[in-house]
Amino acid sequence: MKIRAILLNLAVALIALIVLFPLVWMVSVSFMATGEAAVFPPPLLPSHWTLEHYRDLFLNQGMGRYLWNSFALATLATILALSFTVPAGYAFAKLKFAGRERLFQFLVAALVVPAQIGTLPLFLMLKSMGLVNTYAGALVPWLASIFGLFLVRQYALSIPDEMLEAARIDGASEGQIFRRVVLPTLQPIIVTLGLFVFLGSWNDFLWPLIILTDQSNYTLPVALAALSREHVQDIELMMAGAVVTVAPVLILFLALQRYYIRGMLAGSVKG
Amino acid sequence: MTVVDPTLAKVRPSRGRGARERAAWAFVAPALIAIGLFFALPVIAALLLSLTDFDIYALANLDNLRFVGLQNYERLLTNPLFWGAMKNTLTFAVLGVPLSIAASLAAAVILNARVVKWRPIWRVMFFAPYVTTLVATAVVWRYLLHTRYGVINWGLESIGLPAVDWLGDPSTSIPAILMFVVWKIFGYNMLIFLAVLQTVPDDLYEAARIDGAGSWKQFRHVTLPAIAPTMLLVSIISVASFFQLFAEPYVMTQGGPAQSTVTVLYFMYEEGFKWWNLGSASAVAFVLFLCILAITLVQLAVAKRVGAYQ
Repeated sequence: MKIRAILLNLAVALIALIVLFPLVWMVSVSFMATGEAAVFPPPLLPSHWTLEHYRDLFLNQGMGRYLWNSFALATLATILALSFTVPAGYAFAKLKFAGRERLFQFLVAALVVPAQIGTLPLFLMLKSMGLVNTYAGALVPWLASIFGLFLVRQYALSIPDEMLEAARIDGASEGQIFRRVVLPTLQPIIVTLGLFVFLGSWNDFLWPLIILTDQSNYTLPVALAALSREHVQDIELMMAGAVVTVAPVLILFLALQRYYIRGMLAGSVKG
Repeated sequence: MTVVDPTLAKVRPSRGRGARERAAWAFVAPALIAIGLFFALPVIAALLLSLTDFDIYALANLDNLRFVGLQNYERLLTNPLFWGAMKNTLTFAVLGVPLSIAASLAAAVILNARVVKWRPIWRVMFFAPYVTTLVATAVVWRYLLHTRYGVINWGLESIGLPAVDWLGDPSTSIPAILMFVVWKIFGYNMLIFLAVLQTVPDDLYEAARIDGAGSWKQFRHVTLPAIAPTMLLVSIISVASFFQLFAEPYVMTQGGPAQSTVTVLYFMYEEGFKWWNLGSASAVAFVLFLCILAITLVQLAVAKRVGAYQ
């Protein structure tokens, strides 16, 4: 029994090492002097710590601009996605309207269609509207989240009808009920969905790569991919860029991980 | 409550229902319009686009657009590059799905053991790579896999094994990218497995132990039957996600060496946004869709039979 406990704890330590090593190494190398990481055997810690690559990134490579783009787009995507999907998810769960069931079945069926299928026509459509290379173009896919609608509906089903009925008898309008009764009860799922959208937008690559054609509009992942083709040899600089890209989302996730994991499990149990 | 004003009873529900119906439409309309405009319409348009020869000339002037029927599909099916991309994607899925699920399951079973300390911390830590930015961690792994200075080769050499040209050799490029992908995603399915494992009552393990079952037998006869339905669902969902690999080869190998890591989505991207053959690229998108749809239908059929789907 003792041996089993030791072995299991060792196994966990080993997995932890494999999981953490790339991230710790990334941070460590980002503080090394130019060229220090390109030797054999690879050094694990800087001989002396330097911020030169972070300075280079923000002063010469336009990292501040990319960071701002990523942050602004992720924030706007979150606000827009929430204001489109939360009322709809609630209505699908709690308000009766003609054709609701049929519409819902249609949306369920549409879930199997991967969004990438429409990428090319969507690009042409936005091009004809003059939205290529704009924030608006980059934000458009986040408005049409069927998954988000489901997540909210699933949660809203648990709101007791009596609560809504009571508010109606008190003379509240549907809009007031939504604001004063429904939104507070939906708060946990709003945080979860907001987190999903923020991280999803921040980490997204294919769509911003296509729609943001001008370098000044690049998000961090697009800029990092472009930089890494230019600066293949500059390991230390690339690691600093990776740190700037990963750190915000990692910190955000760690701060709100309970919401993230709960929502993820709720979404996957339903298939 | 016993005395009901007849006028009120008549007016209230009808007026209430009408207002509620109008409010409901106001709530769902923005989302439905967005879904129709930016999701449904493009998907339908993709089907039409795939039947045209939309290319860079049509992009400049729509008069150059012609309807070509199934020609794009015919040309794809005779294009060795497309078949190469299909083969690579299948290789990714066939190797990656069992590998990632085995890793997820192993981690879940280990973390589910009561004797392991600080379990909530490990749970979050093992999941963390999943939320990291793919492009950034792919860049990190490209250097970890570096032939001369990479930590992985250093590890191999220090135990007496020869260095491997991971991303430079067509026979190791897919396994190399898979190492990264498994590292990044195993935490996701691990959490799902853990959630299911926690529903297995301790009595079952207790009973098995009393019957003299060792760790392996407990796993085989208690754990595995309990998670079988979840495992099935998870594996088929994973296939669909492995069909959509794009950023990994884009960042780590740019499809190389010798086209060995060009996936279907990567092929679509190059066809559409590098060569501007949007008609033919849409055909690729539809073939990809049909593959994923076939997998999803199998998923639903199998799940229904197992009874895991509600």
